[in-house]
Amino acid sequence: MATAGIGVGVDVDAVPLRHPGRWAAGVVILVFAAMGVHSLATNPNFQWGTVGDYLFAEPVLRGMWATVYLTVIAMAIGVVGGIGLAILRMSPNPVVAGAAWLYIWFFRGTPLLVQILFWSFIGALYPRLSLGIPFGPSFVSGDANHVVPLFAAAVLGLGLNEAAYMAEIVRAGINGVDAGQTEAASALGMPRALTLRRIVLPQAMRTIIPPTGNETISMLKTTSLVSVISYNELLNATRLIYARNFQTVPLLIVAALWYLALTSVLTAGQHQLERRFARGILPRVGERR
Amino acid sequence: MNAGSAAVAVPMVRAERVRKSFGQHVALREVSLTVAPGEVTCLIGPSGSGKTTFLRCINHLERISGGRLEVDGELVGYREHRGRIRELRPRDIARKRREIGMVFQRFNLFPHLTALENIIEAPVRVHAERRSEATRRGRALLARVGLADRADAYPAELSGGQQQRVAIARALAMRPKLMLFDEPTSALDPELVGEVLEIMRQLATEGMTMIVVTHELGFAREAADTVVFMDAGTVVEVGPPATLLTAPAHERTRAFLSKVL
Ligand SMILES: Nc1ncnc2c1ncn2[C@@H]1O[C@H](COP(=O)(O)OP(=O)(O)OP(=O)(O)O)[C@@H](O)[C@H]1O
Ligand SMILES: [Mg+2]
Repeated sequence: MATAGIGVGVDVDAVPLRHPGRWAAGVVILVFAAMGVHSLATNPNFQWGTVGDYLFAEPVLRGMWATVYLTVIAMAIGVVGGIGLAILRMSPNPVVAGAAWLYIWFFRGTPLLVQILFWSFIGALYPRLSLGIPFGPSFVSGDANHVVPLFAAAVLGLGLNEAAYMAEIVRAGINGVDAGQTEAASALGMPRALTLRRIVLPQAMRTIIPPTGNETISMLKTTSLVSVISYNELLNATRLIYARNFQTVPLLIVAALWYLALTSVLTAGQHQLERRFARGILPRVGERR
Repeated sequence: MNAGSAAVAVPMVRAERVRKSFGQHVALREVSLTVAPGEVTCLIGPSGSGKTTFLRCINHLERISGGRLEVDGELVGYREHRGRIRELRPRDIARKRREIGMVFQRFNLFPHLTALENIIEAPVRVHAERRSEATRRGRALLARVGLADRADAYPAELSGGQQQRVAIARALAMRPKLMLFDEPTSALDPELVGEVLEIMRQLATEGMTMIVVTHELGFAREAADTVVFMDAGTVVEVGPPATLLTAPAHERTRAFLSKVL
């Protein structure tokens, strides 16, 4: 054979391409990393001993669980509300669709922090809340400050805002399902709601799940906002401690480490979920085009 | 097949000067057509002539802009009340659609359901048929389209021809009195066309009323009672396949056939 190297069953005998840029970047990054680690280890202001003391302290752990709990409930409200809003938004009834649009517009158009503060001050806005027939008799009523306790304000603030964002994610997922699916269901005489529940939503889930994972991770960190209304989640728990002992930096590190740990767990879970949903999607065979 | 008795029996489909426009664009000009029960009608015509649009009007996937369209003696999508025509509620439209099966060019099987689940979904959910009974019938239908052993396969695991046969079984599961086919074989590789046409031929012999949009003139010649040639949103010519396909009366039909054959 005249040409050297490439052939069936023959190893290619070639000089591999060199990547000097990679080596240079590696060295630079290594130097910076070493500087960072050195500073972390030697700067006494980090007070790693204090970090260790408080990392598993009882109030911190309680705050951590409160954060987890808040994330779960707020996301549950967000997902259920988001699906509901997305469906309303696509309603053939213009009034219903308009109302959903208005909701999304409002909750996405104002800062979450402002919304959370609003919910905590709802008692000032409506001193008495009641449940009953509009303009008619009421069945339950009470002082708003008791009806809307801190936890409710926190969860409503986070959940109702999340619903607005989830609505757009769900809507994109539903719109991504081939129109032929709805047509086939209609041709079989399936009503709109049934088609949505049995045919469209299950298929939309594949595109809804990955961004929902991102939203959950983001929600976990966003829960720290409710520390402004003194709801005792992770950040507030550490703040209460450093307000007493002035060990601000180590306690913020404690909070950061817990947030990192929790988001890492969620990221791993998200990967698993996406892998599961990517399975079984084979290319179509025997079809032209 | 019983075209002779069409005068006495209520026609399965009766279109009277049906018009349909999409904004400025007129897709159907004046389509008049009668299909008797048990009759097999093939719609042929060039691309864009309105064949799909007409088919979709029949089960109200598309709302007609004018004229009158009846299926089995009842208006499609509307009801007449004291001489006035009123729009039906979506629920009632859905109920009417259950009597009309439709098979799509791109199959449109539900990809997240198995072949059997695709078939029993509507009978169980909208006819409230018992699951065991629906499953029994579903398996029988799968056997009928030659797919008894693929009940648990997902659409992505089936060939195009198999998918289309499942789609036919799915439509039949609703016990329709009319079946609409929109180019059921044109998305298939040539070697898979035959198996689908075979099922349709069988269905025709069993007396199902069928309207088939197709480019398979061989099928039209063998299985159709009537062939309809459409062009530019109008019905140009209607006749038995023997005359229309071999000795068409109109120049446009002749021009189309000479291009296709
Ligand atoms: N949803 C729609 N909006 C606008 N125009 C449409 C729509 N559906 C169909 N049309 C137009 O109506 C005309 C008839 O279309 P139709 O799909 O019924 O033709 P066809 O005979 O089925 O053609 P083909 O053989 O290519 O399937 C075409 O000009 C098409 O562009
Ligand atoms: Mg068409």
